[in-house]
Amino acid sequence: MPNEARLGSGRWMRLLPFLFLAPGLALVLLLFLYPLLRLVAQSVLDPTPGFDNYVAVVTDPTLWQIIETTLIISAQCTIVTLLLAYPVSYLLSRLPRARANLLMMFVLLPFWTSLLVRMYAWMVLLGRHGIINEALLGMGLSATPYPLLYNRFAVVVGMSHFLLPFMILSLYSTMIGIDHSLIEAASSMGSSFRQTFMRIYLPLSLPGIYAGSLLVFILGMGFYITPALLGSPQETTISVYIQQQIEELNWGEGTAMAVILVGIVVALFAVYDRLLGFDRLFRSVGAQ
Amino acid sequence: MIAGRTGRRLPHTLLWAYAIAVFAFLIVPLVVVIPVSFSAGMYLQFPPPGFSLHWYRDYFGDPQWIDATVLSVEIALCVVVLAVTVGSLAALAIVRMPFPGIGLIRILLMTPLIVPSVVVAVAVYSVYVSFHLIGSFLGIVLAHTILALPFTIVLMVAGFQRIDRRLEEASYTMGASVAWTFRHITLPILRPSLFASAIFAFIASWDEIIMVIFIGGGAGTTLPLRMFNYLRTEINPTIAAVSTLLLIVAIAVFAGTEGFRLRGAARRSVKGSDA
Repeated sequence: MPNEARLGSGRWMRLLPFLFLAPGLALVLLLFLYPLLRLVAQSVLDPTPGFDNYVAVVTDPTLWQIIETTLIISAQCTIVTLLLAYPVSYLLSRLPRARANLLMMFVLLPFWTSLLVRMYAWMVLLGRHGIINEALLGMGLSATPYPLLYNRFAVVVGMSHFLLPFMILSLYSTMIGIDHSLIEAASSMGSSFRQTFMRIYLPLSLPGIYAGSLLVFILGMGFYITPALLGSPQETTISVYIQQQIEELNWGEGTAMAVILVGIVVALFAVYDRLLGFDRLFRSVGAQ
Repeated sequence: MIAGRTGRRLPHTLLWAYAIAVFAFLIVPLVVVIPVSFSAGMYLQFPPPGFSLHWYRDYFGDPQWIDATVLSVEIALCVVVLAVTVGSLAALAIVRMPFPGIGLIRILLMTPLIVPSVVVAVAVYSVYVSFHLIGSFLGIVLAHTILALPFTIVLMVAGFQRIDRRLEEASYTMGASVAWTFRHITLPILRPSLFASAIFAFIASWDEIIMVIFIGGGAGTTLPLRMFNYLRTEINPTIAAVSTLLLIVAIAVFAGTEGFRLRGAARRSVKGSDA
């Protein structure tokens, strides 16, 4: 009785959730979904109706090159972060919880630091007269400065630095759930380190590898700031290209490329959902 | 047996060495800006030729830097209020009033997180041109709110799910009103989630550049945009001073959230030992 009096009943009750969802839905529909659909429309209507823009993208070798560059940079970052993260996540998952949390601070602090600060830091470190080159020259390890900045190397290093925490957290959340008595059982029965790792630990950690790699690859596809600041024109990614086209008011090809990028990303997220479920992604955001 | 033990020790040491190298890779690029910002040199040099506060004076003495900072803070605070309010309402509906199709709505509300930000920026830009929102304060706040919303929704959904409904029921049974129960039961339990949502919303806006590049117009030069333009044209240590100040803010915020989390954990463990 007090329950009903409190909450009201009937039609009002059924409208209440929509009332609560309305502001969020209005924002997302008006400022996100509607603009996105307009963008798709523009890609087939500007300047003339038809699929000319897509034909142009597919037949132009320089545009293929841009798509390829983006995919390769993303793949390189995925491999680098996986190699860096795997042993670290393993170590963190094996430490007592309090100590792991303490070390996790190193992983989480970059999340809170402005991307621009990090970009500037990489310029200071990798520049022609940057810290690394000065150190190498000073130690007599090289006679001339190495070209470390404004190339592929700098872009992959800068992006991997940004993406590494995502990989570490994805792997860690899987590894923390692995029952370690399985590994002990295997080695007590005479299995070598290599065998135990290949046959038991690696397969058990695969969900983390899939989750981390897909997430890093997807995020890597959308990078704009890092390639724009640390790369050369050869590191023109899809995002950089889109921005350039819009700046030059070349809406047709710019929007076509945007639709292609969204297509790739959505397809990869569908794979993520199939393999691991979206809930995992939401949880990893919430857990931070 | 002894051989086995040393055999296990070596990989252990190697593992730690590897981990420390990776942590260094994560942290060094954050702290390297600090010595550069106190350098007396005009050019990027390491080690710095001498100590100076020159670049801090440059920053605090330049109204353009200060205006950009104030604008960024104002935008971020508005985004926090909007995104946390809208996100909490949506989360309440998702957790407490599920209806068929809510899963789809939830995914729809999360999509701004999935689509690359350049694409979102181009899309919003084309709509803003027709709404005359380019270069307006409101326009930037709304655009940033879209990006912050997925974070606040996820965090508030987790927050509402954590609440033990029996506490509220108990309060009602004992004759408390909805308002009283919300104020004295629900809100205190939600406080950590609200705090976390606010921080995420703030950072989502504070650190955002791509949207602002497109829709900022002449009037909307936020701090990150000014830094971006600076890094593209000239690099002088003023930006190191700005970076150091931002780093201090980041560490303060981080320490704040960690402290909050540890206090919450401590309180929970105390409660656990009571039971």
